[in-house]
Amino acid sequence: MKTLLFATTLFVTLLISGCSEPKNHNRAVYMLLDTSGTYTQQIEKAQGILKYLLGILNPGDSLALARIDSASFSEKDIVAKITFDIRPSKANSQKRAFLESMEKFAKNLKGSSYTDITGGMLQAIEYLNETGAGEKYILIFSDLKEEIKKGHIRDFPIAFDGTKVVALNVTKLRSDNVDPREYQQRVDAWTDRVESGGGTWKVINDLDRLDSLLD
Amino acid sequence: MESSNFWSFWVPSQPGVSALIWVVIFVILMYIARTPAHQAILVVTHSIRNALRVMARSVWIAEEKLQRRNREVLMAHGKEETERVIEREFQRVEAIINRDLSGYPSLQRDLNEQITRIDEDYVQSGEVPPKPPEWLKAIETVAQIPSEGSPVVGKILNDIHGTLKKSLEKNVAEYRKANKERHGLLKKMMPYWRSLTKILTSVEKKITGLENRSTIIDNKMQHYEEIVAKTAYAERMLSSSSLTQFFISGLVLFIATIGGYVNFQLVALPMSEMVGAGSYVGSIRASDVAAMFIIAIEVILGLFLMESVGVTRLFPIISTLDDKKRKVIIVVTFVFLLVFATIESSLAYMRDMLAADREALSQVLSGVEVEEPQFRWIPSVGQMVMGFILPFALTFVAIPLESFIHSSRTVLGMVLAWFLRILSLVIRLLGNLINGSGKFLVTVYDLAIFLPLRIEQLIQNRKSPDTSK
Repeated sequence: MKTLLFATTLFVTLLISGCSEPKNHNRAVYMLLDTSGTYTQQIEKAQGILKYLLGILNPGDSLALARIDSASFSEKDIVAKITFDIRPSKANSQKRAFLESMEKFAKNLKGSSYTDITGGMLQAIEYLNETGAGEKYILIFSDLKEEIKKGHIRDFPIAFDGTKVVALNVTKLRSDNVDPREYQQRVDAWTDRVESGGGTWKVINDLDRLDSLLD
Repeated sequence: MESSNFWSFWVPSQPGVSALIWVVIFVILMYIARTPAHQAILVVTHSIRNALRVMARSVWIAEEKLQRRNREVLMAHGKEETERVIEREFQRVEAIINRDLSGYPSLQRDLNEQITRIDEDYVQSGEVPPKPPEWLKAIETVAQIPSEGSPVVGKILNDIHGTLKKSLEKNVAEYRKANKERHGLLKKMMPYWRSLTKILTSVEKKITGLENRSTIIDNKMQHYEEIVAKTAYAERMLSSSSLTQFFISGLVLFIATIGGYVNFQLVALPMSEMVGAGSYVGSIRASDVAAMFIIAIEVILGLFLMESVGVTRLFPIISTLDDKKRKVIIVVTFVFLLVFATIESSLAYMRDMLAADREALSQVLSGVEVEEPQFRWIPSVGQMVMGFILPFALTFVAIPLESFIHSSRTVLGMVLAWFLRILSLVIRLLGNLINGSGKFLVTVYDLAIFLPLRIEQLIQNRKSPDTSK
């Protein structure tokens, strides 16, 4: 009986100690999709990543899809956003609806003249902070070549504050083939910018290895 | 000061010579301090050894106390168990007596009736020899009359002979008839005999059952006497029994844990539909906690049910309750278990629906055409049945749990006693090693200053002949 009592006490103690530090386990993912120039041809790959995300995200998690165009710091660029219901059956229905929105967007996709990655990042951080999720991810599906419209100011530090940024399918441009250092400089510039802002940076070019997408 | 400078302190250009000077200085110093150094080494090592000895002795005493406590626990538990077994045997004897021998008076009455009937029939079937005719004596007298050649007398005698013959034939016929009747009566007795044999066989069986029970009780009583006398045989027997119980109940509990896990898997997913999949208690999902809670409640209900039925004795307060209250607890716990089993069965069905929905979504996401699988109802029904049965199956966890708790007290005590014994031996060994190392250090010390010691010896040898003179 004493052993039973001891085991019960231990279990309750562990339970109480586990309750002492509430932690938000929800995840929020914001996917930025480059729609400039020839990069629109990569939309099928982006759809594959989104489907993968819909498969692994749990009830209570948040997901948003936004395009990167000439001026991306705008709610108008958010294609679809959702926080999944805590009930799995409802969350599954929401995932189906999200999938439909994404397919609709892919059909009517038009290329943009400029590529405002920084604006998209700022919009992403704003959305992610609003969700209040425990883990925040920005997935950027782009070649990372930023082209800002004349007059737009984007050259300033960004506070990522623990946001994990994952660059996906960072394609090499023609100019990169001439001088590969350009590609490396683009990646390094974003790495510095994210890490100096308190975030983490990761590049995944092999889309068959998405299992490490969300840690 | 660096070590290289230290060794070349005396002759900087020749570090070897300088080091040699240092060695000579150290040897001389060590020679001077030889006696106090020896004493210091021996005092330190002896002190450590003594401290370790005391420690080893304390551990030894603790081990002995623990052994005594283990023995007491073992004997107490063995005594309790044997009392329980004997009590159960007496209950069985009581049941046999109540069930079988309570009808003994009616049985006896039946037997008496049967015997009376048989007796009556037997009396009726008795052979009564036919009485000789009364006129036989008269015939004898007539037959003694001398005939003297008279034809009248001869005729009379012939007539008498004829009459006598007829009478005898009549008597034989009557006798045969009576015999036939007697045989008929004896034939009638046969079913009574059979019935009597049957009754007696049944009585014999009951008496044999009682005899067997009494033999078992005798054996158990001997066992009990051994335990009360606290003999070494009883201790060995109980220890062996405890170890066996510990491993067997541990194995059963392990299997039951797997069953509990399966049960948990059936409940966890549908619970997320109720309490939400996104909420956590600490680092565990709230739905998982809820599922574990349901299973824990089922196990607790099972414990109470088994306790109330009298199978286990984990809670003395329940076993001391009167039968009426225990029956109430039995009914209440059983109803609760039934409700939980029904809930779990429906949750299992819900789980199947959710899993199918998730599977369909995965197929849509992977671009595969969704197909409704054949015989989908089979796993659904299977899960529902499992969900209903498992709560009742978990009820029986109480039996191995009780065995495990009781046997683990003994086994853990034994393991701890072995550990203390080994610890005591290790401490003692360490003490002896330290004591030996003290003597070894003294020898090494002397080895380092062997040169001045040799000189001292030579001087003493040189002096000693003078002394002898």
